[in-house]
Amino acid sequence: MIVELGHFALIVAFAVAIVQTVVPLIGAWKGWSGWMAVASPAATAQVALVAFSFAALTYAFVMSDFSLRLVVLNSHTDKPMLYKISGVWGNHEGSLLLWVLILALFGAAAAWFGGQLPATLRARVLGVQASVGVAFYAFILFTSNPFIRLETPPFNGEDLNPLLQDPGLAFHPPFLYLGYVGLSMAFSFAVAALIEGRVDAAWGRWVRPWTLAAWLFLTIGIGLGSWWAYYELGWGGFWFWDPVENASFMPWLIAAALLHSAIVVEKREALKAWTILLAILAFGFSLVGTFIVRSGVLTSVHAFANDPERGVFILMILGFFTGGALLLYALRAPVMQAKGVFGVVSRESALVVNNLLLAVSCFVVFIGTIWPLVADLLFDRTLSVGPPFFDAAFTPFVIALAALLPVGAILPWKRGRGRVLRNLLPALLLALAVAGLVWAMQTGRSLGGPLGAGLGVWLVAGAIVDLALRTGRGRWSDRLGRVTRLPGADWGKALAHGGLGVTIFGVAALTAWEQEEIAVLDIGDRLTIGRYEVVLNDVTRVQGPNYFATRADLTAWEDGAEIGHLYPEKRVYPVAQMPTTEAGIDSGVARDVYAVIGDAQTGGGWTVRVYIKPFANWIWGGSIIMALGGLVSLSDRRYRVAAGARRKMPQGVPAE
Amino acid sequence: MRILAPALSLLMALPAHAVEPGEELDDPALEARARALSQDLRCLVCRNESIDESTAELARELRVLVRERLTAGDTDAEVIDYLVARYGEYVLLEPTKGGANVILWIAPLVLLLLGGAVAGVAITRQRGHVDTLDAEEEARLKALLDEGPRS
Repeated sequence: MIVELGHFALIVAFAVAIVQTVVPLIGAWKGWSGWMAVASPAATAQVALVAFSFAALTYAFVMSDFSLRLVVLNSHTDKPMLYKISGVWGNHEGSLLLWVLILALFGAAAAWFGGQLPATLRARVLGVQASVGVAFYAFILFTSNPFIRLETPPFNGEDLNPLLQDPGLAFHPPFLYLGYVGLSMAFSFAVAALIEGRVDAAWGRWVRPWTLAAWLFLTIGIGLGSWWAYYELGWGGFWFWDPVENASFMPWLIAAALLHSAIVVEKREALKAWTILLAILAFGFSLVGTFIVRSGVLTSVHAFANDPERGVFILMILGFFTGGALLLYALRAPVMQAKGVFGVVSRESALVVNNLLLAVSCFVVFIGTIWPLVADLLFDRTLSVGPPFFDAAFTPFVIALAALLPVGAILPWKRGRGRVLRNLLPALLLALAVAGLVWAMQTGRSLGGPLGAGLGVWLVAGAIVDLALRTGRGRWSDRLGRVTRLPGADWGKALAHGGLGVTIFGVAALTAWEQEEIAVLDIGDRLTIGRYEVVLNDVTRVQGPNYFATRADLTAWEDGAEIGHLYPEKRVYPVAQMPTTEAGIDSGVARDVYAVIGDAQTGGGWTVRVYIKPFANWIWGGSIIMALGGLVSLSDRRYRVAAGARRKMPQGVPAE
Repeated sequence: MRILAPALSLLMALPAHAVEPGEELDDPALEARARALSQDLRCLVCRNESIDESTAELARELRVLVRERLTAGDTDAEVIDYLVARYGEYVLLEPTKGGANVILWIAPLVLLLLGGAVAGVAITRQRGHVDTLDAEEEARLKALLDEGPRS
């Protein structure tokens, strides 16, 4: 019964979304305030209905209601409760329900917190947001309904894919979706502004918090996914340039560009048309990502249930929203005249370069991702585009971006002089010194390590210089006091830029200096890898709630001192008939010791692999700092205080 | 899961790092070349893994094959040609630079140059742009001027 109510609530939400699309848009067009006022309660009703629907599906998973097809396919009574709940979105249908829930949540948030928006803009934003909802409700109800019953329910389910039975599933997809779907707000604001024919500083200020929120969620989601892959897939890879990873990375890049260009709109009323275009593209790439994940046209480790019919449906959604918005853009963009004029050397120009690099790098990822498809369709060639291409094509953009970032960050608005850049000299010298030191210290001839270290120091030191400059002049003690009182936006900027430096360093260090050793070990045998030694103490059979495991007990030593035990496992999930590896990791600031147990050998002993992963945690540490920067920037009180301050046209004084 | 199972079982056959101790060559230089080559070769039955990462049976066979060719004295290029002849260019994770793939490889540079040109023109042009009055403002200005100085 509850399931039927959930199904019904979803259908009603579909109807409400249609009303919320049509009525406020007409109201805003005709200037009927009554019709415009429909948007807010409709948005609230939508979120309540979808939340109920989602709760009903969760209930079915928790109670193991095997009359529901989706529960049978993705659950099992022995599955731990955490995975019964997170299993709700560990599949195509359920994850789409989560998607629309978040979409409705963002729409409602815009309704609740959008009080200072002009009535027409607010009605249009909510209307456009609801129209995206309409498409996705239709997609769920007509092609991917999670509430389908079975006539003859089986006694038990088929269990969730064991790789997904991990706490990562509880957090990674929801954050990712908060990011993907959050970009729909930027899209709605962009389309609403195009309909209004008006983009000004106030618009930039309204759209930025939503983009910032989406970007920071996306950062966390991608970081979590990368960390999950690192410890779960068994060889400690953290990024594979897999089509689905790229699908999340492309909107992240565009969202990062959008964040920066929206600042220019807000502060200087320039780059308006470009910012609108980015807002459309950011959500467009979110939809491209959805298409890639769910259509199965590209092979990927993440692929959900693949079904051509669904692929075509998503392609239609993608075509309608992106194509429609771009058409509207082509018609209306010329109206967006820039007010602010800026010199060639200025913060604005630096942000244009930032946008150029981010946007082009995004298109590079895009081309690499879809090239196998293009080559197959147009040139009849079946080929692969793997990490070697992306590494070669993408890395130069990261280097250029990182090299220019501290410079752009401290250039003044409007018209800059080179003089201000002298402040960066200490940071530059420090970065060069560190890069040189690392070059001299490392054993190999890798260029990546010193480069990454140098860029990392450059970004972090540059962020510190930026903060120091913001405190103005005066005695150091005064400035130190002032730095704590700087607005959230300044701190957020410094944190996000510094975090990027930390991540770049982590990636470069791990790539350049990773060590690996494989051996067949009997109980008591020892494996040496650099300064580290690992001894196999024991191998036992362990039974988990829904799996069997072979667990090794290893002792790890660093320079002859014991650093602890590692317990890598090899699990077999009998219901799903799938094995997984659970790495044993000793995490540290400067390195992870990462051990994996393999098969028992016929001649006795077990295959044991040990990796030394230098600075691995810095990759995710940097991502967390970046996200934190977004959060701090979001907390800036100026968003709340002056959010509604749209500059009024000076009224002509009646002359008499 | 019923729909997923075939695909997933291929993909997740044995998700562990691959190279088995027995496969390794004695000559460290040859082994290093084998590892480097393996990382750029796709495991054909897997979803998106190199044969260096995959533990699928086919990946193992390919790893052994690569090592056999190297031991027989093949250069890296010859090993790759041999594999492409047998399995097609799908096996290469790094796409070739021939034929239509030229588009792929020069795309980053072309896009950057195009984008840079557009951005450059936009920056220089907006500097010359002087705020002009629109029709409405023009009319208001005219009205104000026509009124003349008040006495």
